[in-house]
Amino acid sequence: MENLLSIFVKSIFVDNMIFAYFLGMCSYLAVSKTVKTSTGLGLAVIFVLGITVPVNYIINNYLLAPGALAWLSPSLADMDLSFLSFIMFIAVIASMVQLVEMIIEKFSPALYSSLGIFLPLIAVNCAILGGSLFMQEREYVNIAEATVFGLGSGVGWFLAIVGIAAIREKLKYSNVPAPLRGLGITFIITGLMGIAFMTFMGIKL
Amino acid sequence: MSVKIESEPLFSAKNLKLITDPINKNNPITVLVLGICSALAVTVKLEPSVVMAISVIAVVTLANVITSLLRNTIPSRIRIIVQLVIIASLVILVDEILKAFAYDVSKQLSVFVGLIITNCIIMGRLEAFALGNKPWPSALDGLGNGIGYGVILVIVGFFRELLGSGTLWDYRVIPESFYISNGGFYENNGLFILPPMALIIVGIIIWIQRSRTRELIENE
Repeated sequence: MENLLSIFVKSIFVDNMIFAYFLGMCSYLAVSKTVKTSTGLGLAVIFVLGITVPVNYIINNYLLAPGALAWLSPSLADMDLSFLSFIMFIAVIASMVQLVEMIIEKFSPALYSSLGIFLPLIAVNCAILGGSLFMQEREYVNIAEATVFGLGSGVGWFLAIVGIAAIREKLKYSNVPAPLRGLGITFIITGLMGIAFMTFMGIKL
Repeated sequence: MSVKIESEPLFSAKNLKLITDPINKNNPITVLVLGICSALAVTVKLEPSVVMAISVIAVVTLANVITSLLRNTIPSRIRIIVQLVIIASLVILVDEILKAFAYDVSKQLSVFVGLIITNCIIMGRLEAFALGNKPWPSALDGLGNGIGYGVILVIVGFFRELLGSGTLWDYRVIPESFYISNGGFYENNGLFILPPMALIIVGIIIWIQRSRTRELIENE
């Protein structure tokens, strides 16, 4: 339990998707103009990461990793399909996003109308694929850890995009040098926010 | 568009523009804001930046050509999945080649080779260009956008390695004797090794580019 909590906090603050790895920057820069839309996108990312990371964990550990096929028959014990992981992960992500979209549309039209437009965008969000690839690289021992890591990364991404959106809303009233307006200043502010988040780096959990 | 390209020379002015435009005016990173995810994390040193740039150039060019060859057979409803499969297969190839011939760099790049799949530049070019154009212009377009991406990567990598570690491509540029620990006056700026500095350098590149090319300035 303690271990899960530490993975959660670590994936939010120390290994923040945006500030430590720059994952999902494209949508982060494009959709962060107002707090309202960025909250929607942030929630959708938490949701999709919380689903795709455990699903890819199962696929990785029971199909792809070296020796993972041993449960099927002992003769397959030395199979290593890990070179297929990129294509499997992206296929899982694309289809899970589609599935989640359909399920939400059916059962919760209210949630759909607030998240709906963001879901297709998310299939090609690097943070989602990055979550699965980090899960594979860091070798979490069980599915609970992988799920917590996925949710934590999503929450970290959510905090980052809502933070930058709030700053950009206020920034409209500032006098930014013309060539730096818009994209340029957003990059520099993200960098400064990243430096602020680095204070968490020393924390040992 | 597809009527008379046969008679056109391979490097006509229009085709050359496909290569030169993305390097400055339509740069994928600083103007179109595509593909930033992977651009920043690999630029701590020059070598991984160059390897990453070459990988992306290869993937975007080949993916553009393949999609362009298949453009009349891909049903438009499932085109995203088809494109992802093309890109993912090419990225697997690149990853295996890197593991075989440049193992150390491949370890340094870690998950970011895989993340070329979700690099928005590639999807963006396939959607916007390759689906509607012949293979040769598509190849040039891919090459141009890959180079436009690579140029920024190499610039950022150059400054981060030079100022952060005092080396270039792992060769020492700033002599050891300059350092304070050896009785000199110089100290590496450790901030440049850390991730946030990459963002700030890109911000400054955007600033410089937009003050030179004023039509790129955004009005809010």
